Amino acid sequence: MTKLKSLYLGVAISAFCTTMALAETELTVYTAVEAEDLARYAETFNQDHPDIKINWVRDSTGVITAKLLAEKNNPQADVVWGLAATSLLVLKTEGMLEPYEPSGLDKLDPKFRDSDTPPSWVGMDAWVASVCYNTVEGDKLGLTAPASWMDLTKPEYAGHVVMPNPASSGTGFLDVSSWLQIFGEEKGWEYMDALHENIAAYTHSGSKPCKMAASGETVIGVSFAFRGAKSKAAGAPLEIVVPTEGIGWDMEASAIMAGTANEEAAKTLLDWSITSKAMEMYNTGYAVVAIPGIAKPVEHFPEGITDAMIDNDFEWAANNRSAILEEWTKRYDTKSEPKG
Amino acid sequence: MTDLSLPAGKPIKLKLDRDGAIKRLFMVMIGLYLVVALALPLYAMLSKSFVTYGFDLDRYEFQVSDDAGVFGEPVTAAALNEQLGVVGDADLRSSSDGRLSVTVFFSDFSFRSPVKYRIRGTTPDAPYLVGLDLQNSTEWQEYDSNTFRRINLRPVQSVGPQNYIEYFSNPALFSSIENSLFIASVSTVLTVFFAFGFAYAINRSCMPFKGVFKLVAMMPILVPSLLPGIALIYLFGNQGMLKSILMGQSIYGPLGIVIGSVFFTFPHALIIITTALSIADQRQYEAAESLRASRWRTFWTVTIPGARYGLISAAFVTFTLVITDFGLPKVIGGQYNVLAIDIYKQVIGQQNFEMGAVVSVILLIPAVLAFYVDRQVQKKQVSLLSARSVPYQPKPNRRFEALCLAWCGLMTVFIVGIIGVCQYAALIKFWPYDLSLSLNNYAFDKMDGGGWSAYWNSIKLAGLTAVVGTVIVFTGAYMVEKIDGFRTGRSLFQFLAMLPMAVPGMVLGLAYIFFFNNPDNPLNVIYGTMTILVVSTVTHFYTVGHLTALTALKQIDAEFEPVASSLRQPFYRLFTRVTVPVCLPAVLDISIYMFVNAMTTVSAVVFLYSTHTALASVAVLNMDDAGDIAPAAAMGMMIFYTNATARLVHLFASRRILGTTQAWRKR
Repeated sequence: MTKLKSLYLGVAISAFCTTMALAETELTVYTAVEAEDLARYAETFNQDHPDIKINWVRDSTGVITAKLLAEKNNPQADVVWGLAATSLLVLKTEGMLEPYEPSGLDKLDPKFRDSDTPPSWVGMDAWVASVCYNTVEGDKLGLTAPASWMDLTKPEYAGHVVMPNPASSGTGFLDVSSWLQIFGEEKGWEYMDALHENIAAYTHSGSKPCKMAASGETVIGVSFAFRGAKSKAAGAPLEIVVPTEGIGWDMEASAIMAGTANEEAAKTLLDWSITSKAMEMYNTGYAVVAIPGIAKPVEHFPEGITDAMIDNDFEWAANNRSAILEEWTKRYDTKSEPKG
Repeated sequence: MTDLSLPAGKPIKLKLDRDGAIKRLFMVMIGLYLVVALALPLYAMLSKSFVTYGFDLDRYEFQVSDDAGVFGEPVTAAALNEQLGVVGDADLRSSSDGRLSVTVFFSDFSFRSPVKYRIRGTTPDAPYLVGLDLQNSTEWQEYDSNTFRRINLRPVQSVGPQNYIEYFSNPALFSSIENSLFIASVSTVLTVFFAFGFAYAINRSCMPFKGVFKLVAMMPILVPSLLPGIALIYLFGNQGMLKSILMGQSIYGPLGIVIGSVFFTFPHALIIITTALSIADQRQYEAAESLRASRWRTFWTVTIPGARYGLISAAFVTFTLVITDFGLPKVIGGQYNVLAIDIYKQVIGQQNFEMGAVVSVILLIPAVLAFYVDRQVQKKQVSLLSARSVPYQPKPNRRFEALCLAWCGLMTVFIVGIIGVCQYAALIKFWPYDLSLSLNNYAFDKMDGGGWSAYWNSIKLAGLTAVVGTVIVFTGAYMVEKIDGFRTGRSLFQFLAMLPMAVPGMVLGLAYIFFFNNPDNPLNVIYGTMTILVVSTVTHFYTVGHLTALTALKQIDAEFEPVASSLRQPFYRLFTRVTVPVCLPAVLDISIYMFVNAMTTVSAVVFLYSTHTALASVAVLNMDDAGDIAPAAAMGMMIFYTNATARLVHLFASRRILGTTQAWRKR
């Protein structure tokens, strides 16, 4: 009897030890990175850090931001890896981010980090606006591809332009805030008034306009370059236009959530997220990454993107977001009659 | 000597036996479930809608230096604003994300000037931003003028009706009410019209293929409400197969919403109207014939009045379904804003939870109203059938049958067509440029929405909802029906059980966020798990299950209970040996109803799912949202096939079970 008991005890102890040896830290990571890239990102990270297990929580930018804000007093995430910088700025103003200076920070392009020291967030890659133009449907209607933002207001495009609604889409807000910066406030709103006349629909998501252009549901979709390149690779008759006035952009960035119980692992992940290896990994889909000189051209991506990127004032955009959206909704959301 | 009457004695009370106590305990437990899963979240939402944000200028104090750096007297922002009058009351109101630049209080402000500024809070809660850094302190902080211009005050929370005022003064939001009422009214009229014709043909003609028609008419119940939207895009979108039929009209907008709404509400209206038409009395028609009334006159004086309660009920059910539906306007609404879409936009797009709560409260009004009228009508419905009624027997009539056949045929083509188009679209490689067939669109793991695991999650949710929901609903109905006395408790329970019908799914989902995502709530742990999805789905579909169970239970003679207790048998033995077996058909009906609805529901769960509990129905929505329409159609069809299979299994199982347990019904 006693023998049996001690046997049990021994088994229990050895089982306990094995679990201790294999013990790995689990990190809850919130992200808005494209679904198809997630497994690859985690795998590449685990090549260097097999002891940290990543539990992804993924959704679109708007939903993840809403989720983080809703959990403000009871944070569930340890790290945010791959969320729009404008969203991270909102979290920062709520005091939800833990400032940390990851090793290798000095290699980053200064644009791609929070200007505070230590920074509250660090960038990964840029995500640029562009215009998807369906050449087949354009030819059918006798149209030519637009070259600039201004071109989109030409009467011939009436009813053929689709753009994301800035109130629900991060890409949409990126477009609107960049126009206000490129043209100035007054001219910017005038531009949007004119553009509104040509808009067939404001979509809820930023990738939808390009996918609609890809399937001929519309001719011109205001979207982002990454999406256009993907659709083009899938065989869509698209031309990806980089408007001459310059393009708005946002970056995917990472941060540690204040109050995380796994600070060490979170720091390890953040350190790794700005290594050259990580940058090469981002480069598979994104043409511009945070460390200058690493990026190789991405297939189907339009050229000259880096030069076209405007000098985006993120602080201005974040602090004026609420006011801009209110004005936008007042001006354009009343449009109740759809246009064909 | 009138005041010689006896003193009032103790009121007579039945002694509570053990069975009664246990039943009461069960009823109270399920009642508590409903309170926690329904009443408290709704209360949390209501109070959230009154949470407002505004800038409180009394909370901030400034000090300004002269060029030499000597500071003057401290002065509050409120005092400065009173002097200058720059910020009106309207501008002091804000949302949780508002900002107010402090430079407006200093008319001679220049970022080049050598003047220095100090700011502090007069109370501990006085948040402001320096650039993007949140500050909240009663200590003086000093800034040079160039930094000072980057300071923004943040709003603080208070309570008041301001959100409602703002809502009604915003024309964009207000127009959604009109739009919602418009599409709901038009869809209701059309659906009731088509469903009435269909039901009339089934009940009052001798046309062939009735079984097929009945089967097809129920198909829309098996798919999420946004699936017809996807089919309509393929049919009438800019690259649609039948685009020319619309003659330049756009399918995006009210037109698409109405057509789709007719599709998904059709079976609901049909069930109600069929029931109403099936209780006709042959004698009334014989009387009409002998009075030489024309068929037309008979129709308006006998048929319609006989079915009027069914028609009214069908109309209200359809109206509520359309006005609270969210999937369809999302997919095909274009720029046509409706209330349900506004909730989604406010919450998901702008993270404005308070305004989302306001729209939810407004959406509750028509739903509760429709629910109330429907209940009143239902009460009157009962007295129509008398024991002497003779069931109506349709007479053959060639021309009439041809007409009926055409009507039902048209609806069948419409329903089968919509579902067929979805299946076809799901198999096309790249619409409209590469029409070869492929299974690429079923590679859900490569798209947004949660992949194949979303599908398995949905099956898990549907299974759990069917089992847990049926147990809770049936037990609750039994306790409330077969209990003696305890009037107040029972009517309170009845009210709670009827309430879910009046609460739109989106409203329920949003209420759950407010209630369960509160860190002070001990039930907070279920937030983001499968449990909260099961709880919300069971609660959302509680009422219909409850009514089905009640109907079945009422058919069992009330004498069973006294007999069992006189034989000294505890009630639970009676419950498991007699009540449940006798009610088995109803139990199976409740479980299939729960299963099918858990597979298709979007509205309640769209706010509640987490990455590990993504659902197929939500995946349809999200894939469409991201522009992956074909995969969305593919996932929608997976839901359809799953539900169709579940229905077949249910049919098969009930046949077998009926054969073994219900043999006593036959003589």
